[in-house]
Amino acid sequence: MSTSEAIAYAVKQANVDVIAAYPITPQTIIVERLSEYVHNGELDAEYIAVESEHSAMSACVAASLTGARVFTSTASQGLALMHEVLYLASSLRCPIVMAIANRALSAPINIHCDHSDMMGSRDAGWVQIFAENGQQAYDRIFQAFKLAEDEDILLPVGVNIDGFFLSHAVEGIATISDSEAATFLPPRKAKYYLDYSMPMTFGAFALPDWYFEIKHQVVEAMDRVPKKLAEIEETYYKMTGRKYDHVGVYKTEDAEVCLVCAGSSAATAKFAITRLREKGIKAGLLSIRLFRPFPVESILLHVKDVKALIVMDRAMSPGAPSAPIAQDIKATLYDAGLNIPVANFVYGLGGRDISAAEFESIIMKIVESLKAGRPIEKGVMYWGLRA
Amino acid sequence: MASVKTTTLPGGIINRPGSTIDYKTGTWRVKRPVVNLDKCIGCLICWIYCPEPAIIKRDDGKIDFDYDYCKGCGICSLECPTKAIRIVEE
Ligand code: SF4
Ligand code: SF4
Repeated sequence: MSTSEAIAYAVKQANVDVIAAYPITPQTIIVERLSEYVHNGELDAEYIAVESEHSAMSACVAASLTGARVFTSTASQGLALMHEVLYLASSLRCPIVMAIANRALSAPINIHCDHSDMMGSRDAGWVQIFAENGQQAYDRIFQAFKLAEDEDILLPVGVNIDGFFLSHAVEGIATISDSEAATFLPPRKAKYYLDYSMPMTFGAFALPDWYFEIKHQVVEAMDRVPKKLAEIEETYYKMTGRKYDHVGVYKTEDAEVCLVCAGSSAATAKFAITRLREKGIKAGLLSIRLFRPFPVESILLHVKDVKALIVMDRAMSPGAPSAPIAQDIKATLYDAGLNIPVANFVYGLGGRDISAAEFESIIMKIVESLKAGRPIEKGVMYWGLRA
Repeated sequence: MASVKTTTLPGGIINRPGSTIDYKTGTWRVKRPVVNLDKCIGCLICWIYCPEPAIIKRDDGKIDFDYDYCKGCGICSLECPTKAIRIVEE
């Protein structure tokens, strides 16, 4: 099945209570399949067909506050339209799970993949996970609900899939049975929820005397995510034999140059690295699978001895000294006292494909600079841009 | 990254109805109203206009203030028909 269908199937098996969604390319298939499941009676859930993504997320927040298990999906302009409500979801501690089929932002209007949509919302207090393929996306849906609904976390989770490259890619997916799903993910048990019989106030006004502390709760919960996700993954691994960790690691042990990327490009980069290894080039790969919270500890385990890092960003940050992932990598290195040069490339905007051969050239460019003792270019380089 | 423990519920949830009474808006005040009881005719116009429950009706029909909640806006002084309320520095 396609990644979109795999996600919809996982959401059905997760037995969600409420789906509020608005269709947008390239995630439409996800919510289409879910509406079919509800219509056919295969999934006993409220499907709220709203008039915009702003309303979709608003309905999700309200539903989540009643203690329901809630799912939605969006992309690009849809995520941008949700923007203000994303902050409500995290600050009101709503464990909503949302699939984001990463797509470029207008203008020019474009329906293809890049990560600009999610990067624009990266500070909204959502846990953000990148899937590299359909299997990861399927498995992460269950883990995302379990993580989000944990009383120590209570944060919304975004599961990111590259628009078209993943959303529309068809592959064989190993599924879990409905009973395994039910054991791994029992119905949500909220401690505080909207209920006439025990009135509570959600979303009360907070003045300067409390606003800061309530916002800081999101940071505290984020700090607990890496450990909690590792525990959840361990349980899932025992059931399925599949485990993804916070970063995907490939041939980093003796690597001199390590490439960092996120999403479906990881597979392409892996292929390039395999070929370079055959030629004796010591290259490795770190794929960012957990982006928020940024997996600082996991990254540091693998980069201490590299001579240079290549960070590939599929989003730009105009005017910033680095693109989003490189900013976080540089902060990670700086705090650890590591002065490792970072070559930052922005690539593949608006769905422009990147080939294994291109990854090879990128890595070779840096390998040759190191060999010749040339300094690594600072700032942001734009890969594949017409001269 | 050090975590600071907060004493609020997740998301600032308030799980007890009627808790606004605990929020002493009097702390906002920089000036306070003072009544001249000789001028006060007990019309309670100030009571109607006060945006907080800060005007207290006395047994003799005149008024007093609840400084725990009076935020010092001065509306009572403006509305009083006999100019019985003065606003003074805290
Ligand atoms: S100053 Fe304002 S808050 Fe205080 S008693 Fe007068 S009207 Fe009420
Ligand atoms: S408005 Fe003036 S006169 Fe009337 S009750 Fe208040 S203080 Fe007294």
